[in-house]
Amino acid sequence: MTRTDPTDVPRPDARLHFGVFFQGVNHWTIWSDPSSGSQIDPASFLRVARTAERGLFDAFFLGDGLRLRESEGGIHELDVAGRPDSITQLSALAAGTDRIGLVSTSNTTYNEPGDLARRLAGLDLLSGGRAGWNVVTTHNAWTGENFRRGGYLDHADRYRRAEEFLSVARAVWDGWAEGAVAGSAEARSWSVPGAVGHVRSRGAQFDVDLAPTLPRSAQGHPVIFQAGDSGEGRDFAARNADVIFSAHGTEFDDALAFAEDVRGRLRAVGRPEDALRILPGTEIIIGATEKEAEEKERWVRLEQVTPAVALGIASRLWGFDLSGRDADGPLPAEDPVVAAYTGTFGTRSVKDPGAVVAEWRARAEANGWSLRETVIELGPQRGHVGTPAGLAEKFARFARHGAVDGFNISPYLVPDGLDDIVDLLVPELQERGVYRTAYTGTTLREHLGLAPVE
Amino acid sequence: MPRPALHLAVELDGDGAHPAAWRRAAHAPGELLTPRRLTRTAAAAENAGFTLVTLDDSILPPASGTDPVGRIGAVERAAFVAASTSVLGVAPVLATTYAEPFHVSSQLASLDHVSAGRAGWVVGVEDDPAAARAWGRPLVEGDGALAREAHDGLRVVRDLWDSWEDDAVIRSVATSRYLDRKRLHSIDFAGETYSVKGPSIVPRPPQGRPVVLARAGLVPAGLTDVALVGGPTAGETAAAAGTAAAAGAPLAFAEIEVALDTPREAAGERIADLERYAPWAGRSDRLRYTGSADGLVALLAELAGKVDGVRLLPLVLDEDLSVLSRLVLPELFVRRLATRPLPGSTLRTSLGLPRPVSRFAAGPAADADATAALVREETR
Ligand SMILES: Cc1cc2nc3c(=O)[nH]c(=O)nc-3n(C[C@H](O)[C@H](O)[C@H](O)COP(=O)(O)O)c2cc1C
Repeated sequence: MTRTDPTDVPRPDARLHFGVFFQGVNHWTIWSDPSSGSQIDPASFLRVARTAERGLFDAFFLGDGLRLRESEGGIHELDVAGRPDSITQLSALAAGTDRIGLVSTSNTTYNEPGDLARRLAGLDLLSGGRAGWNVVTTHNAWTGENFRRGGYLDHADRYRRAEEFLSVARAVWDGWAEGAVAGSAEARSWSVPGAVGHVRSRGAQFDVDLAPTLPRSAQGHPVIFQAGDSGEGRDFAARNADVIFSAHGTEFDDALAFAEDVRGRLRAVGRPEDALRILPGTEIIIGATEKEAEEKERWVRLEQVTPAVALGIASRLWGFDLSGRDADGPLPAEDPVVAAYTGTFGTRSVKDPGAVVAEWRARAEANGWSLRETVIELGPQRGHVGTPAGLAEKFARFARHGAVDGFNISPYLVPDGLDDIVDLLVPELQERGVYRTAYTGTTLREHLGLAPVE
Repeated sequence: MPRPALHLAVELDGDGAHPAAWRRAAHAPGELLTPRRLTRTAAAAENAGFTLVTLDDSILPPASGTDPVGRIGAVERAAFVAASTSVLGVAPVLATTYAEPFHVSSQLASLDHVSAGRAGWVVGVEDDPAAARAWGRPLVEGDGALAREAHDGLRVVRDLWDSWEDDAVIRSVATSRYLDRKRLHSIDFAGETYSVKGPSIVPRPPQGRPVVLARAGLVPAGLTDVALVGGPTAGETAAAAGTAAAAGAPLAFAEIEVALDTPREAAGERIADLERYAPWAGRSDRLRYTGSADGLVALLAELAGKVDGVRLLPLVLDEDLSVLSRLVLPELFVRRLATRPLPGSTLRTSLGLPRPVSRFAAGPAADADATAALVREETR
């Protein structure tokens, strides 16, 4: 293996930033293995967060989903489901960790800015400036049935609401002047008169008038993350975010193209290119040798895509129930039917099933794949497989060429799935000078090397 | 017959019950909003032997004159406190007047998970019109509408806690199913002003349902676990507890504002010092005790057997909590008027409350029986 010459790359001093994404809902977290633990026990969260902190990660992430997923006419049963409210869980982790950032994915469609901004500011203070907010909208009106508002907003209006939401949140976080709290018990009042402002906002989405209840934290504001891949989503990130949680981190060319696209959007809105960190979600499978890593990957994929999972995914693609078929046999001979209802119910949605099935057939025939193998091979690409040294070389290249600023890693096992990465990969990265050897700051903003909040 | 021991709760919001309490706090004003200060206060309450702490809240800042005082959200504080203590129950105030009951349910269920079964909920009401403006929602006005929102919110929250049966996560490798969808339930709540589908996104809390505390009369007593009662005198407080029990409240706690003599100053002097800045307005639904630690012990001895517990609201936390922990609680424990929570207990266990079965659970009992039990519970 040849080592990249660090002087011959656009970003010789690049450092990788790692986050851990504690997935609550998916079929990628293997639950069937004896070593897999509870997905809800607080001990699982603490174990993962502390391991990540030992590995000098920037952040611990939680996702969000406000309705339990459905498939085949009922609650989706096959995969991990059920998770805590993220800000509540992260507030507990604030007490059990020292340095790692604590990032909550929170939806702007079914929250209100005065309330959510306050909750995030509280987490930020309790953690000494380690809070982050992954701003998401939602795809489906179906989620709205759990809220007073009902279905409520069209997809087209969701980023508009998100943008206005964020500007109210920022006003709430900026509501207290520096030194707004009295210095001593003899002062005229607890807060310096006039130092706590009022936030009044009347826009298309909100009509609010409130007195913010908290001063700034050690990092000023919670760090803003964005996850959403459309042009609108990327523009929203370019205008507003500190970090993008992307889905482009497996193939180098794809990652670089995404990063270039984002940098173009940053330039277009007048922000410096280094104002934003790009951390794609990924999975990392490590083996002592390339062969061992491949064998491990095979095991991981078969555990993730069980015959039932494969048939479930195929049922949603074909548009009718395929349970009872042989997942290890050929693809169903029938043509897919286009479902009348195009909602996702939180599970997979396919825009043009005919075209996808045709592609699957062609690839399966050419390679001799079973249905299950086809689902594994042609499903979303899941990340990186290799030896610690090989992966470290690869990641150094990704970072030094500006394709990514790091990764948001989803362990395929909870709670021990990060151990290999922290114990084996991190030292290799450190040796190559592409990963920190100690935390140099105390806040999430400092970990990410972001400019201070004005 | 030995009288049942009192359960002891203490309110930990801010610097104390007096609006000017911060002037006598043992720290600089801004320190109130730090994790260190929260950890210290919670540790003091846990070490003293309290079973439960409550944390007041609102989207509006607590006012001191015209200038706001800072306050971190009660759920965030409760989760932080839960993670830095081991036996203490934690009960934030949350109002469903404007908040989404779906979120409230998830937050409290999660608090129960992070605390391994030590969560409670003080049902709140946002009755200040400024809260509607802060939330950006249409004003809910009048006692009737406020009570309706509290009641509907409580029903949705409880049903969502029940919407996952205890054993809904089956991890059946043989069938490749993580969940059993038959043990997950839509709640299909349809109230006067909104509907909620369910099920919850959070698995059933360790206690089944976190302990629900509510001011007597706010919501149907049978839907709560602890009625918070009080009156201007011990006799009226005992009578209010009797009324709550007759209405179906499993437990009644007396709310008592306390200002205690410290080694350096009498309680009356301490109050007078703070009254220079702001009045400590009395409430007809709360008892107030001012004086020595011995006197408070005597008052609590008088109430034991008439109420199931007390929630103390100290004048100044930094001062009164230390007198409570050195002179009051030890005496109550010695005299067996109260007990400390046992390590490993859930809050329900500490309070002697049964762990409720999900109202949706089919279990071995017939469906019809479960429905009948529910009807009894709702109409009691
Ligand atoms: C990597 C990634 C992670 C996401 N995580 C969440 C999540 O946890 N919860 C959620 O509601 N939406 C999540 N989303 C969805 C987005 O917030 C957004 O609603 C969706 O992508 C549609 O927006 P788009 O059209 O811009 O892609 C995620 C999206 C991406 C790309």
